[in-house]
Amino acid sequence: MSKEILLGDEAIGLGAIHAGISGVYGYPGTPSTEIFEFIERRTKKKGDVHAFWSTNEKVAYEEALGMSWAGKRVLVCMKHVGLNVAADAFMNSALTGTNGGLVLAVADDPGMHSSQNEQDSRYFAQFALIPCFEPRNQQESYDMMLEAFEMSEELAIPVMVRLITRIAHSRSAVTTQSAHPQNPLNPTKEIKRWTLLPSNARVQYAHLTDKQPELLKRAENSIHNELELRGKRGVISCGLSENYLRENLDEDHDLSILSIRQYPMPAEKIRTLVEHVDELLILEDGYPLVENTVRGLFGLIGTEVKGRMTGDLPRTGELNPDLVREALGLPKLETAHSHTGDIALRPPALCKGCPHTDSFKALNEALNTFEDPQVFSDIGCYTLAALPPLEAIHSCVAMGASIGMAAGAAHAGYSPAVAAIGDSTFSHGGITPMLSAVQQEVNLNVLILDNDTVAMTGTQRSMSTGRALDDIVHGTGIDPEHVRIIVPLPKNHDENVKIMREELAHEGPSVIIARRTCIEAIKGH
Amino acid sequence: MQKNIILAGVGGQGILSVAYVFDNAALDAGFFFKQAEVHGMAQRGGAVQSNLRYSDVEIHSDVIPEGRCDMVLAVEPLEVMRYWHYLKPDGWVVTSITPYVNIPDYPEIDTLLADLAAFPHMVMVDTGHLARAAGNLRSQNMVTVGAASNLLEFTEEQLLKHVEGLFARKGEKVVAVNRKAFLYGRAAGAFFRALVDGGLDAVKAVKLCSKIKPETMAVALAPAWVERLRNDEALLDTILESGSDVSAES
Repeated sequence: MSKEILLGDEAIGLGAIHAGISGVYGYPGTPSTEIFEFIERRTKKKGDVHAFWSTNEKVAYEEALGMSWAGKRVLVCMKHVGLNVAADAFMNSALTGTNGGLVLAVADDPGMHSSQNEQDSRYFAQFALIPCFEPRNQQESYDMMLEAFEMSEELAIPVMVRLITRIAHSRSAVTTQSAHPQNPLNPTKEIKRWTLLPSNARVQYAHLTDKQPELLKRAENSIHNELELRGKRGVISCGLSENYLRENLDEDHDLSILSIRQYPMPAEKIRTLVEHVDELLILEDGYPLVENTVRGLFGLIGTEVKGRMTGDLPRTGELNPDLVREALGLPKLETAHSHTGDIALRPPALCKGCPHTDSFKALNEALNTFEDPQVFSDIGCYTLAALPPLEAIHSCVAMGASIGMAAGAAHAGYSPAVAAIGDSTFSHGGITPMLSAVQQEVNLNVLILDNDTVAMTGTQRSMSTGRALDDIVHGTGIDPEHVRIIVPLPKNHDENVKIMREELAHEGPSVIIARRTCIEAIKGH
Repeated sequence: MQKNIILAGVGGQGILSVAYVFDNAALDAGFFFKQAEVHGMAQRGGAVQSNLRYSDVEIHSDVIPEGRCDMVLAVEPLEVMRYWHYLKPDGWVVTSITPYVNIPDYPEIDTLLADLAAFPHMVMVDTGHLARAAGNLRSQNMVTVGAASNLLEFTEEQLLKHVEGLFARKGEKVVAVNRKAFLYGRAAGAFFRALVDGGLDAVKAVKLCSKIKPETMAVALAPAWVERLRNDEALLDTILESGSDVSAES
């Protein structure tokens, strides 16, 4: 036993290492990135855990499933929106089940600190009919990993551990245990289980539904779902929100409290609480999953249910101790200073000397002969070009969406249809829409911002940069004359504008690769 | 005992290094602690903060409630204003007065300092001046650690151990610069408070501090300065206009 200072993400990573994983898979995405990075760093010397970033979350999940198939324990980690990308493999893995333990650590971002939405991954666990753990602190993040792996192996089912930003990026001291040895190579022999032909899939789906009573029983009896009956006012807290509740309570409070940190929802414990209280406040970060389930379509007779749907808590955004305090009906605490209005905002911006700045300055000028030109873009540092002073891009929806959306707009007759996408985002989700656009001979211009790294999340390795990127682009079958490479530097501005104008004038697909290494990556290496 | 500190600054200023020092000191001292931070998009030059809590009893929330914050510790003066409504009635502000201007509508610095100086529980240090004297402008974050240290439950040795640990892999020179930055910050914070407690206006006090050689700052010398400035109204302007720094002993 030893004590370490760990982020919630790092506690997940160390828990997985000590649970005996043989591999970790993932794609960088805030707030999940540090899980993978910790494992990569910690196991590098020994080299006994496969840790290599995947091209996207779907690939990561499939690689993880393959490792589980081979009998070894494996962790796959991603951010909430990444699970959308992995959803096909994820949903079906619930039917195949696991061989070696497979745990999915997914980090949600309530409040959208660094994301396009605040979707709640607990719905995905419920949707896939798999168990889900939701730690409330760093120690529990570590401890739950071992439990999740044991459960995955014992019940042959993938297990989700759901984090949110606030725990992912918060540090505390964690007491650790000795490591579990890795599993030997032991590939599954159950071919039908892994071959989801309809005839097999029906059998596997029945197996999955048959497991549900056991999952529910475990959640009912779990030490992570604690019920304490006191007075007639009740609170259900999910995961971390219990901390915001306790922050506002004295030891001798008179609330009846159910803390939920393991799903499926413990129905009997909820029923016991509901029958005991007159009024029930439900605290959960993310969507009102428990609240809506408890209330149902028609509400409860004899118990008033309060939460995000009743205005007692905000419908959207991250919870905090102050919002919970207000929902509990407690007075505001006295402060030394009132809120100062009108403080100049300090939004994030591209770094000084960033190659993207030069690329977008050139693009803005190249497009200035068009009336109100709109540029489809994507997810990365370059999304900051949407803000002043550049205001060069006009969409950001999903990884790789810039190219598909530009193609769709071009199909509709919009011109010039321009997509701006980073090298790593291109490998993640841009290759297939690019292939589609080239094969359909769509009149679009794709600007690939090749800065040689995954910059926004901390300069991880990019899969399609330099020569590999050029080869992929050419491999789509595009006319090589319309694949241009520029170096985004102030001194090349006029030349770059000229090249962009030439390609904008071309009827048909064209690609401009703006190639210059990220300055943060240069500093870091 | 519980201490709740909001660390404030701009992405890239080294807030997480400040947190590292306090986290490790808290662990050494046997305290419970939690420290929530910002990663991702905001680190690209945006406003960043970290909520740091340590206590001799278990801590629940990772974020500090409004009205329970003991200290706003800012590496940048404007950033104080984003968080000082979290302070409890007897809470403190410890701040750099060196502005980080990366936005077009940054307020006029003298107005900003006057607004901050009106807050009674205030420690202001010229981190730019002190870090430069320590040998590297990038050590401003360790200056603020030093300035805050007078108000916290850690000894100089407990904190210095982790200032050194933090920079150890960057070599002895960087360690020495950051040690110095910490010590200058610690001395400047105490000297500033001694001036203000002696009756000197806070803006005048910090302006004087920004012209004093950091290695000469000592609390014992503060009353004499308060007296001299009181007797000679032109003295501060003379010092501010002179090209070189003065010794606190002069």
